[in-house]
Amino acid sequence: MSFRQAKWSEPLIFERSKPGKIGFTLPEPTEEEKKIAGNVAEAIPKSLLRENLVELPEVSEVEVVRHYIRLSQQNYGVDLGVYPLGSCTMKYTPKITDVIVNNHKLRDLHPYQDEEFAQGILQILYELSNYFAEILGMDKVSLQPSAGAHGEYVGVMIIRAYHALNKELDKRTDIIVPDSAHGTNPANTTMAGFKTVVVPSAEDGTVDLKALKAIAGEHTAGFMLTNPNTLGVFERNVAEIAEIIHNAGGLVYYDGANLNAILGKARPGDMGFDIAHINTHKTFSTPHGGGGPGAGPVGVKKELEKFLPVPTVEYNGEKYYLDYNKPYSIGKVRGFYGNIAVLVRGYAYLLLMGAEGLERVAELSVLNANYVARKVLKAKGYTLPYKPENLRKHEAVVSAKQMMDETGVRALNVSKRLLDLGVHAPTNYFPLIVPEALMIEPTETESKESLDELINAFIKVSEEAYSNPKVVLDAPVNTTVDMVDDVKASHPKTMRLSWRMLKKHGETK
Amino acid sequence: MKTHPYLPTGVEAIEAEMLKELGLKTIEELFTDIPNEVKFKGKLNIPGPYSELEVKRMIAKLLEKNVSSMDIPVFLGAGVWPHYVPAVVDAIVGRLEFATSYTPYQAEVSQGILQAQFEYQSMICELTGMDVANASMYDWATSLGEAALMASRITKKTEVVIPYFIHPERKAVLKLMIEPVGMKAIEVNQSKDTGEINLEDLKNKISKNTAAVYIENPSYLGFLEEKAKEVGEIAHENEALYIVGVDPTSLGLLKAPGDYGADIVVGEGQPLGNSMNYGGPLLGIFACKEEFARQMPGRIIGLTTTKKQNQRAFCMALQTREQYIRREKATSSICTNEALCAVAAAVYLSLLGPKGLKRLGEIIMIKSSYAMKKLKEIAGIKAPLFKAVHFKEFTVNFDETGKTALEVHKKLLKEGVHGGKIIKEEFPELGETMLYCVTEVHLKEDIDKLSNSLKKVLEA
Repeated sequence: MSFRQAKWSEPLIFERSKPGKIGFTLPEPTEEEKKIAGNVAEAIPKSLLRENLVELPEVSEVEVVRHYIRLSQQNYGVDLGVYPLGSCTMKYTPKITDVIVNNHKLRDLHPYQDEEFAQGILQILYELSNYFAEILGMDKVSLQPSAGAHGEYVGVMIIRAYHALNKELDKRTDIIVPDSAHGTNPANTTMAGFKTVVVPSAEDGTVDLKALKAIAGEHTAGFMLTNPNTLGVFERNVAEIAEIIHNAGGLVYYDGANLNAILGKARPGDMGFDIAHINTHKTFSTPHGGGGPGAGPVGVKKELEKFLPVPTVEYNGEKYYLDYNKPYSIGKVRGFYGNIAVLVRGYAYLLLMGAEGLERVAELSVLNANYVARKVLKAKGYTLPYKPENLRKHEAVVSAKQMMDETGVRALNVSKRLLDLGVHAPTNYFPLIVPEALMIEPTETESKESLDELINAFIKVSEEAYSNPKVVLDAPVNTTVDMVDDVKASHPKTMRLSWRMLKKHGETK
Repeated sequence: MKTHPYLPTGVEAIEAEMLKELGLKTIEELFTDIPNEVKFKGKLNIPGPYSELEVKRMIAKLLEKNVSSMDIPVFLGAGVWPHYVPAVVDAIVGRLEFATSYTPYQAEVSQGILQAQFEYQSMICELTGMDVANASMYDWATSLGEAALMASRITKKTEVVIPYFIHPERKAVLKLMIEPVGMKAIEVNQSKDTGEINLEDLKNKISKNTAAVYIENPSYLGFLEEKAKEVGEIAHENEALYIVGVDPTSLGLLKAPGDYGADIVVGEGQPLGNSMNYGGPLLGIFACKEEFARQMPGRIIGLTTTKKQNQRAFCMALQTREQYIRREKATSSICTNEALCAVAAAVYLSLLGPKGLKRLGEIIMIKSSYAMKKLKEIAGIKAPLFKAVHFKEFTVNFDETGKTALEVHKKLLKEGVHGGKIIKEEFPELGETMLYCVTEVHLKEDIDKLSNSLKKVLEA
């Protein structure tokens, strides 16, 4: 393959600075405004007046443009090629959604505007929350959480509010998570003041029911589970799991990271979950933006509706409005009402796909994942732990343990070599229960040709590992830079986290 | 379903070939692992699929019902502010190599977004006078919550002192985030006359349990906190950290919080090149001194070198604090942040540069001062209520007009002007008061229209 990533040796924008240059001019106030306002700088108390200019770069418009466009060319996105980053659902984003949100009736709309002046956006939010409720099999959805992890946080806070109202919070101290769980689950458990209790996985990669029964009890506040789980395996005992937790008096939370695989095929609400979140930037195809903005709507069953964050968007038959009058609400979880511009993109995506299209998403993402997994396994050194003969859903966690033992090539090296071959790497070393994990999620938006390209890249790396491992161990060579030293970036002596620290401590060598 | 433009393998022949590879005959066989009892047997009640043209028209028609600040002058701020977004910002954040990428787990193919985020962090450090900034939080409110949690981790103490005149949403989010872990917020009085923090009351409320003292500068109600340095000194004398909340557009003109003693700075980055979008996405600013870097929440990008050629390179730093490694012991649960909004902020600050940012601050002060003076001329109106210097926002009181703020607001709308935020329920002692906001986007004719319309409304 002929992939070569752009390599501009682009300096920091601060290093392009030349005194006197400017990239943008502001509209000057009129003479009358200036006269009436008086000397504003003089009015500022001396104790608060900045004495020197801020040390920002001084660059012209064209220099700003070239700098950042060059940087963009040193970045890999879905629009460039295959991006099988497991658990992140890196699917293609329809371009029309960007066009739709580039409308001043959305962009220049202030959140505190009179509701009369915001009926359009409120209607979109109202309808979208209903569509999400339908997809989740839940009764009501809040669109407020800013990302998936934030949705989980809101969900755990609802679990907290539920037990507090039942006067059981003192004894219900534990949230159970599987050993294959996303790190956000235990982190949110702590943030909400609970203790994390880990339940192991059984031989087939699903929750070990016997172990769960032993753990669940009067200390159990809730259980967080993704289904299909992070191994890509569907938790077939999910109804029984929910029953165990409910019988113990806890609530069951659905981590929506893997919802893409079951759209229209199974719904968290029907599986027995009480609370569920959605990652709009995964399942509903809003762009990930290099790590945000995302959105993490949360749905709940009827008896938990009263705990949802304020405000909710409501409709009284005549107009749409924001309802703050919810005495049992957990309260405010962020400023304003959510990542609206992201949510509107999700709304557009739903209309573009329709019910039938969403179901096809599930079918094809699962087809693609199993196709890739099955073919990659034919190459030497890759194995599929937890019953390889079973189906995977949207993703498959392949292990490079055998390859490491036989050739010294680790999962990390495989990934770096894949970059050389023009595809993005899978997620490495997650879930923690798979040694040398390569978590592959191709998504439904890849063509068979690009899936084959991905498979061939895996096969080629395997061949190289067994014939000439140095090539793999030395990778990457076709990317903007060779292998990055991330230990140095975090070591106290070589840590440079800003231009200011760089000026203070000098260049890291 | 016929083939769909976003589903390239959804063609009968291709599908059949792939299924054959798997030893399967039908797509349904891919779902035999879902037990029948939990299988969804109905059809989702979702409209569509519609064509691109139809969806574009449907949504445009809905959005048409909104009235934006481009349609009429709007004088709202209070946490989200109208500012002009230069065309260059959109051109760059619209670059799909940025927009369609994810968290840069593979640094070698992600140098672009890594460097852009490092530059964002660096610019925030220069603005705030801090050494380290993270690559973003969700918004100001959640940044404040994380700052309080961080202060508690550092000091091992459990209380945070906050100002009385704080944004109510920020206060609510703070309390939500700290109470489950056994912390509490304590309010300190502010002068009804000047808005200043009552230093005596602060000394009374601060204790050996105080993890941090927090102020907002400019404050929620627009006045500047003149004794910011003294507040920090009182915090430090009591071995508490000092957290300052900022609107970054003020920092070209105002002293960096680091220069008056702040340990942690939080704020809202939306005004730096991000549109209002009915309140989201936003951009939580979070910065601190170097000594506290390991206790920070969120993603941080660092400068390093490559292993073979020893070239400069960027990657995620201090990852052992983060949830995907540290799990229940992480400093925070944040994963997806507001990366692209941070890139917008970096581009915006690069365009303005030091002089542009200073001029932005001056223009905002000129225009808001002009507006206050015009409104003050109207009989019965007090603007501002506080005897203090204001930045961007100010209180407008209607007590002496005999009309309620709501009445004035509704009548003003009929004149084609949208006034500020009614804050009567938040701070009842301030009476019939609204919070107005004026920035560089308000032309003189907009401000004059506001003052003329108010005159008309009040005389009627």
